[in-house]
Amino acid sequence: MTSTASVPTTEDGRRAGGAWNHQHVLDLDDFTVEEIESVLHLADRMREVLDRRIARMPALRGYTVVNLFYEPSTRTRVSFELAGKVLGADVISVTANTSSVVKGESLIDTVRTLRAMRADAIVMRHSIAGAPYLAATNTDASIINAGDGAHAHPTQALLDLYTIKSRLGSIAGKRVVMIGDISHSRVARSDMWGLAAMGAEVVLCGPPTLLPRGLRAQDRPPHAEAALPHVTIETDIDRAIEGADVVMALRLQSERQQGGLLPSIREYAQLYQVTEKRLAKAKPDHVLMHPGPKNEGIEIAGSVAAGQHSIIEEQVTNGVAIRMALLYLLSGRTDLPTDGEGRA
Amino acid sequence: MVNSAPILDTQAVRRTLRRLAHEIVEANQGVDDLVLLGIQRGGAAIAQRIANDIEEIEGTRPGVGSLDVTLHRDDLDRRHPTPQPSTLPDIDGKVVVLVDDVLMTGRTIRAALDALNDFGRPRIVRLAVLVDRGHRELPIRADIVGKNIPTAHEDNVRVLLQEEDGRDAVIVLPGRMES
Repeated sequence: MTSTASVPTTEDGRRAGGAWNHQHVLDLDDFTVEEIESVLHLADRMREVLDRRIARMPALRGYTVVNLFYEPSTRTRVSFELAGKVLGADVISVTANTSSVVKGESLIDTVRTLRAMRADAIVMRHSIAGAPYLAATNTDASIINAGDGAHAHPTQALLDLYTIKSRLGSIAGKRVVMIGDISHSRVARSDMWGLAAMGAEVVLCGPPTLLPRGLRAQDRPPHAEAALPHVTIETDIDRAIEGADVVMALRLQSERQQGGLLPSIREYAQLYQVTEKRLAKAKPDHVLMHPGPKNEGIEIAGSVAAGQHSIIEEQVTNGVAIRMALLYLLSGRTDLPTDGEGRA
Repeated sequence: MVNSAPILDTQAVRRTLRRLAHEIVEANQGVDDLVLLGIQRGGAAIAQRIANDIEEIEGTRPGVGSLDVTLHRDDLDRRHPTPQPSTLPDIDGKVVVLVDDVLMTGRTIRAALDALNDFGRPRIVRLAVLVDRGHRELPIRADIVGKNIPTAHEDNVRVLLQEEDGRDAVIVLPGRMES
């Protein structure tokens, strides 16, 4: 299957949500700037819908979304469930330990079975990078990547872009600092693509053992230079935060210490924890983000996470709006000629 | 294609909207508790226009807002337009007059009645349209009509407004002008 879908068009010729040409949402590296902007624009409308006294509408009635999660998740799974339900879709959540996966059913079999039961979209989280791509090539349902290994988490990146844009007015030219375990972070990877496409200045900060080798200045391959011109690496957290518009702390997975990448969690916290003192070097009106779940006291100080610059909860709410926008775009079907009802 | 002779020209549109304003106020016996809600996209500017007229006539401006019904439509598998913003004043216990440019199948109005429930519970809901062109598919009728225009089902009725199109006019384009 290719990733082209019929482009929904309104009666006066505007494309629904502007440019949109995806059957699947696998990562942001194949999104154009126009596509990202059309998702953000639509999310704005969905956010308004979400804030209504009663947020329930039948737009996606008859559309079935299956959450297929091979890894634990609270916020992403619930976020997709709510997004689907607000728009009237049927949403079913499957977790791997209760499904046939424990009986050895292959990923492709599972996806085909769900499609045979008329699932229209399958939201997939898997510990192996690339799993959603394998699924997408074996079904004509829409596959949404809700996190695959250390590879990508495109819906998180879109909600981060939306949150930054709605808070700061624009993304272009903003200094966005991501701090923590960059190497193993699918959020960092997808955010990096999205932020770079939208013209932000991205700074990746962490201990050398947790930074991707390919992005270090000295060994960055030419193609990375061309695709990500505004991405820089900084191992000193104070220099990284200096003048930042956005500071994003990433979750440190405790297994990194067992893997020998960190001397100790305590030392990591001393050197790389986002604290009030360190944030003093950021712009006075900076915002603080975290994709969750947080380890307060490790990568982020509790007082900072709950502080006045924190927009962590807003990220969560915006996540529902972004996922509503994506489901709405993916469910768009062929447009038939106008019924002639004026501008109706 | 906009060269066809208009059914209503600039003056006629102005007079018709003025009459709608009078009729709305008369039916409501004043401006108390009155809220005009224009249905996006065509009705929003018309609701503002009628509100201006009512303010001139009565010296008081009614509540005015806009309502997007895209996500409440029952024909979304055919069309997937981008929702427009909804901006509503408080409608609980109010007399809400839904305002639209063209009434045809009635499906937009059905969706609007559903969408209203998301925002509150009006005491009364009425419907005012600039043009009623027939071809209803649902048991819905307008309380206040600017002009009844007999049309063929496949005709296209265009309402042009100063705010968006640079002039006011109502035009009927025969046959299927858009594919």
